[in-house]
Amino acid sequence: MATLLEKPATFHGGLHLSAEKAQSLTGPLKPALIPRRLYVPLSQNIGEPAEAVVKTGNRVLRGQLIARSLGYISAPVHAPTSGVISDIGDYPVPHPSGLSATCIVIDSDGEDRVADSGLKMENVFQSDPADIRQRVRDAGIVGLGGAGFPTAVKLNPGPDHVVDLLVINGAECEPYISCDEALMCCRPNDIIEGIRIMRHALHAKQVVIGIEDNMPNAIDCLQKELTRLDEKEIRITPVPARYPAGGEKQLIYALTGEEVPSQGLPIDIGVVCHNVGTAAAIARAINNGEPLISRIVTVTGAGIHQPCNLDVRIGTPIASLVEQCGGYTDDAARLLLGGPMMGFALRNDSVPVIKTSNCILAANTKELPDPPPASPCIRCAQCTDVCPASLLPQQLYWYAFARDMEKIQDYNLFDCIECGCCAQVCPSHIPLVQYYRFAKTEIWDMEREREKSDLARRRHEARLERLEREKRALEERRARARKSLDKKPKVGNADAKKSEIAAALARVKAKKTESSDVAPRNTDNLTPEQRVKIDEVEQRRSSSKPDGA
Amino acid sequence: MEFPTRSSPYLPVSNDVSRLMVRVMLALIPGALVLSWFFGWGIIFNLLITTSTALLAEAAVLQLRGKPVRPALLDGSAALTGLLLGLSLPPLAPWWIPVIGALFAIVVAKQLYGGLGYNPFNPAMIGFVVLIISFPLQMTLWSPPTGIGQEGPGFTETLQLVFSGKPPDGETLDSITMATPLDESKTQSGLNLTWDEILSDPRFGHYGGYGWEWVNLAFLLGGLWLWKQRAIQWHIPAGMLGGLFVISLMFYFADADSYGSPLFHLFSGATMIGAFFIATDPVSAATTPRGRLYYGAGIGILVYIIRTWGGYPDGIAFAVLLMNMAAPTIDYYTKPRVFGQREEQDD
Repeated sequence: MATLLEKPATFHGGLHLSAEKAQSLTGPLKPALIPRRLYVPLSQNIGEPAEAVVKTGNRVLRGQLIARSLGYISAPVHAPTSGVISDIGDYPVPHPSGLSATCIVIDSDGEDRVADSGLKMENVFQSDPADIRQRVRDAGIVGLGGAGFPTAVKLNPGPDHVVDLLVINGAECEPYISCDEALMCCRPNDIIEGIRIMRHALHAKQVVIGIEDNMPNAIDCLQKELTRLDEKEIRITPVPARYPAGGEKQLIYALTGEEVPSQGLPIDIGVVCHNVGTAAAIARAINNGEPLISRIVTVTGAGIHQPCNLDVRIGTPIASLVEQCGGYTDDAARLLLGGPMMGFALRNDSVPVIKTSNCILAANTKELPDPPPASPCIRCAQCTDVCPASLLPQQLYWYAFARDMEKIQDYNLFDCIECGCCAQVCPSHIPLVQYYRFAKTEIWDMEREREKSDLARRRHEARLERLEREKRALEERRARARKSLDKKPKVGNADAKKSEIAAALARVKAKKTESSDVAPRNTDNLTPEQRVKIDEVEQRRSSSKPDGA
Repeated sequence: MEFPTRSSPYLPVSNDVSRLMVRVMLALIPGALVLSWFFGWGIIFNLLITTSTALLAEAAVLQLRGKPVRPALLDGSAALTGLLLGLSLPPLAPWWIPVIGALFAIVVAKQLYGGLGYNPFNPAMIGFVVLIISFPLQMTLWSPPTGIGQEGPGFTETLQLVFSGKPPDGETLDSITMATPLDESKTQSGLNLTWDEILSDPRFGHYGGYGWEWVNLAFLLGGLWLWKQRAIQWHIPAGMLGGLFVISLMFYFADADSYGSPLFHLFSGATMIGAFFIATDPVSAATTPRGRLYYGAGIGILVYIIRTWGGYPDGIAFAVLLMNMAAPTIDYYTKPRVFGQREEQDD
């Protein structure tokens, strides 16, 4: 059972990184312009992608469902603005692989007419949690912290779990990213309202908002809102600004001193953790009837003329946001989606903003230079000292390098959260995280291969068994036939012999007509081997006919 | 607009192997200065010879292996090996002693195993051990520390001694060298003298041997600076000094007449340079936090054992190499408990 600590605990490892958040926090939060054409990917969350329910040429209104969710771990997608579906097809999406995926393309009509989503709920605090969950699910809300896990699933702890603590994650720890801070400063009412709804849905006993202590404005704004509402049951705890304090497991540890079990979930220790952005999205869905069609995105870096935070419609191409922020500077040399520690580099700015896109970072080479060439690992173990998961990164590196996938799992590869601290401090400039990602993919591939071969093996065994069964059945039939022959009285006279011959002929005839009923179906499309086998059987059958025939 | 892509993290890095090595070299300066102050020009010659031999050997082998030479020379690891070896050799050793030591350290102990990062043993200590096993006589050629009454040879005399092997006119090698306190205490202790009697000789200074205690203090200073700079972690030095302290204290309490005090052991011989600069060689040491502590403690205890009952006056080199052998095993059994794993899953 998790209880709050008086003073935040210090998790192992981590790094002090220069904040760089101020760059984008200069002005008020502005809505971004809606572009002429929006690309809305069907897959914007962990789990199953959604399935389009509109067709090319359909007119849609803002907030109208355009793709429904398939399965439990999935989220529907709504039209970010009103317009016409101009295409449903493969377009570049934000993904490290740089591959394309199915998107619904909407040509905006510029009117932004709104549809009735039916999400709005009266008397939410008297309603059934299941009802709230269903609306959160229908609103297409996923975790806005970056991972994109469908929120409704996390609002359902199940009957076996009691939620002791609801942790609201406002500890945005990546340098440069300030979208959560902007949200906390500009829309504290949405956040607190969303938290109250979540608290009700989860029957959470305690609620805490964890915010890095280098965001005094955010803490202040939320505190004022709590005071205004006279809400005493929601606590704000500043946590030391040390990357990765915003990692779910690290934040929970800082607040409670308890470790989320390795390979486990926060609910295993009675905790549920949601991002502040998710809380605000829930409030907007339940109170205003808005499905998740926009999010706050930080557009920042020295490669951007006017860094700022924008309220962006999902599907807006990054190029359009860059343009609204004054465009690239002459020395812009790198484009990232996400922060410099865990984000990924984009080849170009044609990809759209999706539900999990928190930051667009255009940087010059001074901010994000090319890394020096890697040199051999000298086992200095500085990576071990900074690893927040208490792993041995240099050992993992050796095993990944040697492709020893068994050993690397012994060293708990899958506890790695890919925060990048180890690579950041490595004096040999080894891209450690890349090795871990490689090893993870290799292991997943191996597992898929094994599953595939297991399936093939099972299929093969089933086939052998079937053949065996058929053979046995045939033999039994033959044995029965022989027995019935033996039972026939052996009569010496010619009449008897004649009648016996006649009976045998009749049997053969009957068998022939019977087989002619079946044969055409069974002997269709035979392979040469099968044909040979059948011929053999036929031969044996004819040779096993009664003696005198 | 097209942008280049690579894998995260993307922030500029400040850490660098050569930076690390340079900081270690800087931290060696006080110790090296005090050592040369007390033992004369021979120390400087040794450092020059070992370092240049190490760099030349590194370049030659890399050339033979078809590997890039420049980055490896610039990373500073070969120079550091040379320096550490040079600081452990006696000041009046003939020139070929540092040459052989450095060659062995770089060519055999480092490059034949694959170069930086792949050597299982501390190269400088391999070089030292090869010398002390093969040339025990030359390895005792310590001049008396300055200010002990009997003055050591000057610049030209040392030059002549080192490069021709001949002592200055009218003198013998024996007359210009002197046993180190560790060596002397071992001999005297073998002659059934009590420690009080041994220490009454002025060459034993206050607690760690005349001159040696200052040398050790200087290396301690450099080592602490290194730790503050985060170039090394505290575990190995703490483990080693702690191990040495505890075991020497135990025997000192049991029989103060036959065994040196903890203070003597901590401040004589190569204790401090060993604890902060030699045992902390990351490549050949244990790497887990707990493992580094055990590794250091093992060295401390072995140093005491070799000094007290072994065949050599100081035991740093042997202790470090023995623990190098144990490092992989120590690492295996001291894996840290992974975040979120229960104790019972830990072994």
